Amino acid sequence: MSAPIQAPGTPSGHAAFRHFPLNAWYAAAWDHEVGRNLLPKTIAGKPIVFYRTTKGRAVALADACWHRLAPLSMGKLRGEDEIMCGYHGICYDADGRATYMPAQETINPSATVHSYPVVERHRYVWVWTGDPALADPDMIPDLYMNDDPNWAGDGKTIHVNCSYQLIVDNLMDLTHEQFVHGSSIGHDALSESDFEVTHAGNTVTVTKWMLGIDPPPFWKRNLQDRYPDYEGPVDRWQIIRYTAPSTVAIDVGVAKAGTGAPEGDRSQGVTGTVINTMTPETDNTCFYLWAFARDWCLDKQVITTRLREGVSNVFFEDEVMLEAQQRGIEANPGYDFYNLNIDAGSMWTRRIVQRLIDRELGTEVEETGEAAGNAAREMSTLTGAANAEEQQNANGGTGQGAEAAEAVARHREQPTAGLMGRGF
Amino acid sequence: MGATTHKRWGKARVLDVCEVAQHVRQVVLEPERLEAPAPPGSHIDIGVYVNGRADVRSYSVVGMGAYGSELILGVQLARQSRGGSAYMHALRRGQVVQITQPLQNFPLNYGKPGYVLAAGGIGITALVAMGKALKARGANYRFVYGARSRSLMAFVDELAAEHGNRMDLRIDDEGASLDVAELVDSVPEGGELYVCGPTPMLDAIKAAWAKAGRRPADLRFETFGSSGRFAPEAFAVRIPRLGLETLVPHDVSMLEALEACGADMMYDCRRGECGLCQVKVLGLEGVIDHRDVFLSDAQHEAGDRLQSCVSRVVSPRTGGLAGADGQQAAITIDVP
Ligand code: FES
Ligand code: FES
Ligand SMILES: [Fe+2]
Repeated sequence: MSAPIQAPGTPSGHAAFRHFPLNAWYAAAWDHEVGRNLLPKTIAGKPIVFYRTTKGRAVALADACWHRLAPLSMGKLRGEDEIMCGYHGICYDADGRATYMPAQETINPSATVHSYPVVERHRYVWVWTGDPALADPDMIPDLYMNDDPNWAGDGKTIHVNCSYQLIVDNLMDLTHEQFVHGSSIGHDALSESDFEVTHAGNTVTVTKWMLGIDPPPFWKRNLQDRYPDYEGPVDRWQIIRYTAPSTVAIDVGVAKAGTGAPEGDRSQGVTGTVINTMTPETDNTCFYLWAFARDWCLDKQVITTRLREGVSNVFFEDEVMLEAQQRGIEANPGYDFYNLNIDAGSMWTRRIVQRLIDRELGTEVEETGEAAGNAAREMSTLTGAANAEEQQNANGGTGQGAEAAEAVARHREQPTAGLMGRGF
Repeated sequence: MGATTHKRWGKARVLDVCEVAQHVRQVVLEPERLEAPAPPGSHIDIGVYVNGRADVRSYSVVGMGAYGSELILGVQLARQSRGGSAYMHALRRGQVVQITQPLQNFPLNYGKPGYVLAAGGIGITALVAMGKALKARGANYRFVYGARSRSLMAFVDELAAEHGNRMDLRIDDEGASLDVAELVDSVPEGGELYVCGPTPMLDAIKAAWAKAGRRPADLRFETFGSSGRFAPEAFAVRIPRLGLETLVPHDVSMLEALEACGADMMYDCRRGECGLCQVKVLGLEGVIDHRDVFLSDAQHEAGDRLQSCVSRVVSPRTGGLAGADGQQAAITIDVP
């Protein structure tokens, strides 16, 4: 029995609630959700109020009045692009500058609220929560299938009581479909087939092909939209593409087996893209904006609805598991994840996110084992002095303190090397 | 319960270091804070210095000292060690070290109809506390302890006295080697076999266990980094896609060497269990010495991938390939 002997407190390590980078574009809402009304949302821990000007431009202002921090979302829209605080009536324009102040004839020049950079793209309203000087719209993940004549689809938003990172993990490892979604898209081949992970810059790709399998019900039906008489085996693919910090676009589909899909000819199949972008609300809650876009039967609205509702049911199964997992994490503050080979995709995303955060905080460290690095650092401060003398003769150890921080590895000593090597 | 606990580091004072067998020293530590006694099968991680660099090693907790506040370790000076055991042997009374709380990867299940504990060599350190616990509960158990010769066997007299005729010493040069098939046979149906020892012993037991059709989960073993089939040698590793090439010295892991030459490597356990540090093998001059417990025998056989944290490559000569001219081993790989 191993008792968790750490007192409950802020967890650390893999299982901990991850923080999120602030220098990032997060999808705050669907385009249709932002209008001539005040939409308050917390994005990456920041209270923000969204609205649209009469000319149609989306605006995101800090949802706290400069005066006494009353939420601006309790006020009302005024004129073409202004918002009026519901408490004492200060008005701000779309840039967050005061345009009217009660009971004085002038306008205090310091009366401003932060206006967050906003870009509307591919049906989402994206907001930049960090340093506005760095807000480059080219960094918005390319989710064009959400808004492209060669694709048809729709989606929804789910508010999930878990860290956005758990959803990224979930999407980076689709072996879970076999267990969580057994009745629709799950398939034994999922956990049995090999996958390949690659990473480059701020992206990670996980590729899995399942050749010559019986299609699961969901995919059988989709293929029959296009080929109503086909009953045979299929080649199925899942190509998961992650873009930091929290967007995952999954290229999925099936084609008649042996018609060349793995080589790039998908003409005998159907292709979908599961678009997922997760927006942290707090450390342990998030908004999950998803859509399913397809490349077949584009003119059939009934298929759009069928797929949206079908995927919605599937994602509800994830939601139940993810919220339970979050509670599990919170109920076990002394414990870490044990990461497996199937977690390779998610481990890369976590590493990339951690690097983004480190860069943002200016705490970039040398690439070392996190745990070993910490151990070594603590060790060097606590025992450096004591050991220094002892080691002088043993190892001629010098500069230990400095080098300790770079030390890697929690290798096990090989307790048996050399003994009994040929004994058995 | 084996869920992974957060490691918490704290100070411990060295109370005693003494020789308990040839090349084996007992190290007694007094942690500044110990909130619970070390359970049987647990280990601690300890900060060591290897060639002046801070590093981390793991040692099984042999038991608790008489006052219940000390942790006893047994450390063998490993010939091919990377220096961690040399550091441990050089510890002095009064010195302060950094250790974790006892960590558990090798828990003992109570309530089984029978147990066999099988230790090979220094692997005994993981099983001493289990033997004590089983005896205290009046369990039905047999304790097998094997080694090449008696002088190498730490704690052997105490164990013989403690366990009487439940203790079964198998000492090669006294003509009583371990019979693996008999060992497996002696585990009653529904009972468990706990093993800690060198790789050839563990491999032989695993094979015999499988052959006898026993339930895999009833064979319990600790995956202290395997010692492999060959002594470690230096070898070259290339990653053509990244234009990287480096030499892996005999006392550095492939994973560390790749990290040092700038490859962005994924890993977690760093002891051959989790499967995260896997690399794809594209070409090989030599023989792979697989030292992980993640891949299956068939996957080892196929040789198209390996776990870089523990597995190594040896030259064709060492690996026994015909016609080898003794050149250094080399491997060409790709990484995620
Ligand atoms: S199998 Fe992954 S959490 Fe249990
Ligand atoms: S890091 Fe876990 S197997 Fe190598
Ligand atoms: Fe799912």
